[in-house]
Amino acid sequence: MNYDLVVIGGGPAGLAAAIEARENGVESILVLERDRELGGILQQCIHNGFGLHTFKEELTGPEYAERFIRKLKDLSIEYKLDTMVLDVTEDKLISAVNTLDGFFQIKAKAVVLAMGCLERTRGAINIPGTRASGVYTAGTAQRFVNMEGYMVGKDVVIVGSGDIGLVMARRMTLEGANVHAVVELMPYSGGLARNIVQCLNGYDIPLLLSHTVTEVRGEERVEEVVIAKVDEDKRPIPGTEQVIACDTLLLSVGLIPENELSKKASVEINPLTGGPVVNESMETSVPGIFACGNVVHVHDLVDWVTEESCRAGKHAAKYVKGELSASDEPIRTEAENGVRYIVPHHIQKDNIDGKLTLMFRVDNVYENARIVIKNNGETIKSVKKRHLAPAEMESVKLKAKDLEKIQDGTLTVNVTVEEVVAQ
Amino acid sequence: MYDVTIIGAGIVGTSIARELAKYELKTALVDKENDVSNGTTKANSAIVHAGFDCKPGTVKAETNVKGNALYEQLCKELDVPFKKIGSFVTAFNEQDLAHLKFLKRQGEANGVAGLEILSRDEVLNREANLSREVLAALYAPTAGIVGSFELAIALAENAADNGVDIHLNSPVTAIEKTAHGYRLTAGENIIESRYVINCAGLYADKINNLVNEPYFEILPFAGEYNLFDRSTGDYLNTIVFQPPSDKGKGVVALPTVEGNFLIGPTSEGPKERDDVKTTSKGIQELREKGMKVVPDFPFHKVITSFTGLRAKTPDNDFIIDKPAGSPRFINVAAIDSPGLTAAPAIAEKVVQMVKDSHGFLVENVDFIPFRRPVNRFIEAPAEEKAKLINYDPRYGRIICRCENITEGDIVDMIHRNAGAETIDGVKRRVRAGAGRCQGGFCAPRVMEILAREMNVDITSIVKDKKESYLLTGETKAPAKEFV
Repeated sequence: MNYDLVVIGGGPAGLAAAIEARENGVESILVLERDRELGGILQQCIHNGFGLHTFKEELTGPEYAERFIRKLKDLSIEYKLDTMVLDVTEDKLISAVNTLDGFFQIKAKAVVLAMGCLERTRGAINIPGTRASGVYTAGTAQRFVNMEGYMVGKDVVIVGSGDIGLVMARRMTLEGANVHAVVELMPYSGGLARNIVQCLNGYDIPLLLSHTVTEVRGEERVEEVVIAKVDEDKRPIPGTEQVIACDTLLLSVGLIPENELSKKASVEINPLTGGPVVNESMETSVPGIFACGNVVHVHDLVDWVTEESCRAGKHAAKYVKGELSASDEPIRTEAENGVRYIVPHHIQKDNIDGKLTLMFRVDNVYENARIVIKNNGETIKSVKKRHLAPAEMESVKLKAKDLEKIQDGTLTVNVTVEEVVAQ
Repeated sequence: MYDVTIIGAGIVGTSIARELAKYELKTALVDKENDVSNGTTKANSAIVHAGFDCKPGTVKAETNVKGNALYEQLCKELDVPFKKIGSFVTAFNEQDLAHLKFLKRQGEANGVAGLEILSRDEVLNREANLSREVLAALYAPTAGIVGSFELAIALAENAADNGVDIHLNSPVTAIEKTAHGYRLTAGENIIESRYVINCAGLYADKINNLVNEPYFEILPFAGEYNLFDRSTGDYLNTIVFQPPSDKGKGVVALPTVEGNFLIGPTSEGPKERDDVKTTSKGIQELREKGMKVVPDFPFHKVITSFTGLRAKTPDNDFIIDKPAGSPRFINVAAIDSPGLTAAPAIAEKVVQMVKDSHGFLVENVDFIPFRRPVNRFIEAPAEEKAKLINYDPRYGRIICRCENITEGDIVDMIHRNAGAETIDGVKRRVRAGAGRCQGGFCAPRVMEILAREMNVDITSIVKDKKESYLLTGETKAPAKEFV
């Protein structure tokens, strides 16, 4: 099999990239999706709040996905469901399996990696205690409840205040469960402010900041968990332990980009994001292999995934048509004070059409701060921000006039948070 | 009426069951759990020890070295992963060095072949990630790694294929002597048997005491482990032991046969017999002790931690004997390390005892030593993959994304003898859910497959033990006007 473009993953990122590539003139496209339907995790996010930026209206996850799926079908883009990619090589040879085609290989001119991310588990954060059942990642519980139609427990404690955890606090409550608390290790929430208001405050579910779960108890099924306050070094403070009787512990303690295939394709991975190093075109270190969405860095809103993935699709189309300049002496981006990482990691100026979006996350909560973008000490752009939090992805758009100020050659783009008033 | 009833389906019980299946005997294997291999056998270092750390003349020394030698053939017959990767005992000071020499002499007295003390440079040449502080190491080429629960499961399956009856969910609560042997109350079963072999692990003393005079006491010692992501699976090439201490072999760092990396165990006890919880203290200790041999190891790549209990006694030797006045009752107790390694030799020894007691045993000419091979889709070469999917399209459907395990692999393991009935049962047999997402993505699919294949409701599928349910019922039905 030969295709101009193969998109690995049929979630929001893969769908947007495929559609954008087709609209930019690529005829031969194949989307490979491992699940039984397109749409990815959106299909289990039955709450609304999706699409405010993309469509200027509030959609549920499945509704948001459906708009892209319909478009994909209208454009007659080929896709295969229930299909797992086992290998991708640097030469863009893809090996995959499904029940209909068996084991098959595809040679592609360009590849978009859009495999998304996975949830951190109990093991990854090493919660001590028994191995009782009733400990779920929030996303797994969400799948059981929203897609399979089964409840996972009656008395719930949620550890971690990531968005899926917050949304599940509300969902479990609506399904008749008793959600006792959301326990967050950090002194601030890991989820969006609007989710705290809508999912916790509205249901009187306490959010316990600077707390952690120190033990899971129960022989076969969870019977209780022990929580404790933590000190500034995130260590439990003796004497602050509290026992909560419950049968379920949901974990919402972070997402990890899923890059096993990227590694097989020899794509360079950034240790801070856990995703591929990408340039302004969302192209990875391997020419012709692009990446977008949560496989690159974990997003807060699907709207940003869509925007980023359109960029990937558009540039993948350019690559297929031979219109993309190879990176020669790119401009590197570098995170400074208060910023954890920046995407893209480097920039080839002549590939930018019109504007460049820098996406990043801050490392703490800041009020009345300023994001300053500098090039060789000279300020290119400065944006005032009333509130910055690690849970929210930030972005700054550089327009043509800003880009003009950036000099050629090996230059550094610095993003700094000034006028810092840390909470 | 059974000829022999084995209590306990761990590595010892399943090894004996399969060994007995070579003879014309009616054998029962009973266990209180809902799966075989559900106690100590599922939570240990999974090392096939060379045999240098057992005191010469002990049952441990004898069965360790003999057992080690039986492994290659056994794992080949049963299609169980086993790799003879060798082990190092490291030395960091003069005292450790002296101990290496002692271990080498002891090993040679036990009949361990190929022991060598390697210099710092030789050790670091083979293990680039080992601490530069190492002075020397005792190399044992015959040490290996195996899938411990895979082996017990394979032994049970092969035993059942050759006619052994397996009774799960059957805790033995009473044993009476009868004219011809014993009558056991095992869950809902009443079992009559000429011989009883007690392989009840942590409960071996309690089982003995049901019918014999107490003469030993099991002391459960807890060992915590951390298991790390596949990306660390080649961090070491060899099993690396710490310098020995009075607390046993100490913390070991090793690649696992499944491709992960394992650090453990701690040693705390005696504990309650069901106390397999992990502790923050244990996790801390593993990190500190692990750092000694692999100082730069990426400890943050842990995917799970677990605790295993070892059945110790103060005498520090296996108990393989008949209690006074009970010539048809064999205790196989206090099988702590190196019990996994010794199990094949223990089985031969115990069968010999049955033979001696009975006078003779008739060989089972129909005995088939081979287990039906396991397909392991992901490990098959491309053309084999295509063939498998052609044979059963379900091999084309990946259920576990982290380990690339197919529906075909899972269904096969459900329908074998001693097959999987629980989520962890599937995990232990085919690794679905053993990867970095720890079943986050595949648990709902695995439950669906289990429910379908066993023709039960999905809410009755459990994680592991009987009450370890996952689902508490259906969600609220949609209001009528929306249907």
